[in-house]
Amino acid sequence: MNNRKVLGILCLIGFTYGFAQNDDSKKKVEHDLELEIETEYRYFFDPGQFEGQETHYPSLAFRPEYSASWNKGYESINAKGFFRLDRDDERTHWDIRELYYQKAKGNWELSVGLKKVYWGVIESNHLVDVINQTDAVETFDGEEKLGQPMVQFSWITDSFGTFDFFYLPYHRKRTFAGEEGRLRFGTVINQDDLGYESGAEQWRQDLAVRWKHYFGIFDIGLSHFYGNGREPLFLFEPSGAINSFYPVIHQSGLELQATHDAFLWKLESIYRHAEAQDFFALAAGLEYTFSNIDGNGLDIGILGEYLYDERDELALTALQNDVFFGSRIAFNDNADTSILIGGIADLESSSKIFSLEASRRFGSTWTVEAEARIFSTIDENELILSNFQDDSFLRIAISKYF
Amino acid sequence: MKKSILTVAAFSVISLALAQTPEERGLEIAKAAELADEGFGSSSVELKMVLKNKNGQTSERTMTTRTLELTEDGDKSLIAFGSPKDVKGTATLTYTHKVGSDDQWLYLPSIKRVKRISSNNKSGPFVGSEFAYEDLSSQEVEKYTYKFLEAKGNLLLVEQDPVDPKSGYTRRIVTYNKDKGYRIEKVEFYDRKNALLKTLTYSDYKLYKNKFWRAATFNMVNHQSNKETLLKFSDYDFGVAFSEDDFSQVALQRAGK
Repeated sequence: MNNRKVLGILCLIGFTYGFAQNDDSKKKVEHDLELEIETEYRYFFDPGQFEGQETHYPSLAFRPEYSASWNKGYESINAKGFFRLDRDDERTHWDIRELYYQKAKGNWELSVGLKKVYWGVIESNHLVDVINQTDAVETFDGEEKLGQPMVQFSWITDSFGTFDFFYLPYHRKRTFAGEEGRLRFGTVINQDDLGYESGAEQWRQDLAVRWKHYFGIFDIGLSHFYGNGREPLFLFEPSGAINSFYPVIHQSGLELQATHDAFLWKLESIYRHAEAQDFFALAAGLEYTFSNIDGNGLDIGILGEYLYDERDELALTALQNDVFFGSRIAFNDNADTSILIGGIADLESSSKIFSLEASRRFGSTWTVEAEARIFSTIDENELILSNFQDDSFLRIAISKYF
Repeated sequence: MKKSILTVAAFSVISLALAQTPEERGLEIAKAAELADEGFGSSSVELKMVLKNKNGQTSERTMTTRTLELTEDGDKSLIAFGSPKDVKGTATLTYTHKVGSDDQWLYLPSIKRVKRISSNNKSGPFVGSEFAYEDLSSQEVEKYTYKFLEAKGNLLLVEQDPVDPKSGYTRRIVTYNKDKGYRIEKVEFYDRKNALLKTLTYSDYKLYKNKFWRAATFNMVNHQSNKETLLKFSDYDFGVAFSEDDFSQVALQRAGK
């Protein structure tokens, strides 16, 4: 993040805060300050495929959080910072995940500042979720995001659902592992080397809109995004060099979920149009939960999803024609113990990725997490995944909350 | 003609009083209790949950609960967790329906996701406590069939059989206090094998707005596992005039943040 931008946002927040404070009544302000410190250890079972890569990655992360709310919670300032120290210089990074002013009144809500927004219903891939840039060095599943500068206006109607309008004045570039890092391509991608299709570059003023509603057992979301794509486009040149840039995209998205008894039926689909590339992608699946099996709270959920991407091997997620199977086990105990195991298999090749995520709490302020990703029999011809074939790893993280 | 209608009416009143079945009497009491609590509009309360295992070790959770009373259909409620800190901001939004399954959404603050979840799991424990989801959901009259058992002074004992086959109980025995606005003093829960599973005792009652009895303490004892869960309510606030806007998915995210 450049400092000028941070300063600009701070001024904007400060201004709205000061402005809001003039509003006479309901002066009582509630402050809340929290801090999570996480120690993490990632161990990669095999030596790196590329020069410079390590096998042991101890790491430390800080997540401070502050919020002030007043006017009975209808107005607030929210801030969430992030800092990580890692062996890989590129994974050592900081970010303002959130820093925004929010006001809600009756059937509308306004947020101004850096914020995170989530769209979607599918577990194994996130096609529709386009507002925030992925903090790709953080996690393999792409669920960690960078704070996105925005003005978000939500309008809630009784009969027609909720409309969200987004003004996105600045584009954040995706993070990539450095030379010492794992889960990278043969050529190290420097964040700053990636250009833009748009002449306005990262200052292109982007727009998005989403409609969300539910009818009985159906939850539906329709969205459209117009602006700098969050996913860079990679053009592999014969010399081995990678030409990459952020294209200007139009992306229409559909989210659909039917919730019937213990079944969740899900569908997520996008159509993305850019000058250099048009494609369609889809993910569909179901989740079924056997609840309270032992009369003691044990829930076992089974998940199955099919993933299709018209880009074929150029799909950055490498999920072009794959199936995902998984199981979510929740013990519903004092420690909130839960386990998610799963596997993604390519239907056209031998490539498979297995994963395990488990977590539980110790005492009231400690948590332990374990994560494993196994890249198994990765097809040599996989353009993206072949770079990760030796990157199976185990991660243990212990967090303390203050 | 007019006279005969009156006669019939008079007869039915008498027969009602004389030959009211235990089922009718039970339903009547449940309706009286519902009526006595009607009109609270909306409320907000802070809640501390103390979970005690069989060795007496305890752990705590805090949450804020908002409720919006609706008469045509079931109530709407929003629960947001304050602690433990790793689940802070996790929140649920529930639209109770008098008939059919409830609509429920879960908000996960770490990834800012709102997920529609199945309300199928009635009998499962709520966040590791001795309270099942069905114990904490809005108690609509339509969700049970009734049988009056006995009166002990001002206390009325009514057996309630859940209509939903997914309930974890065959029956509950509810003790109403007739003189105190039909407030509930005690509930005994019988499991699917009809063995006594749990007893819930309400205490530290306070009268709000001269009409609504609210207990500050709920104590649930599981007789089979010897575990206990204590709920402590504080800062009951009936003054906040919530509207439907405070129970939207947007409001769910705001409550969780």
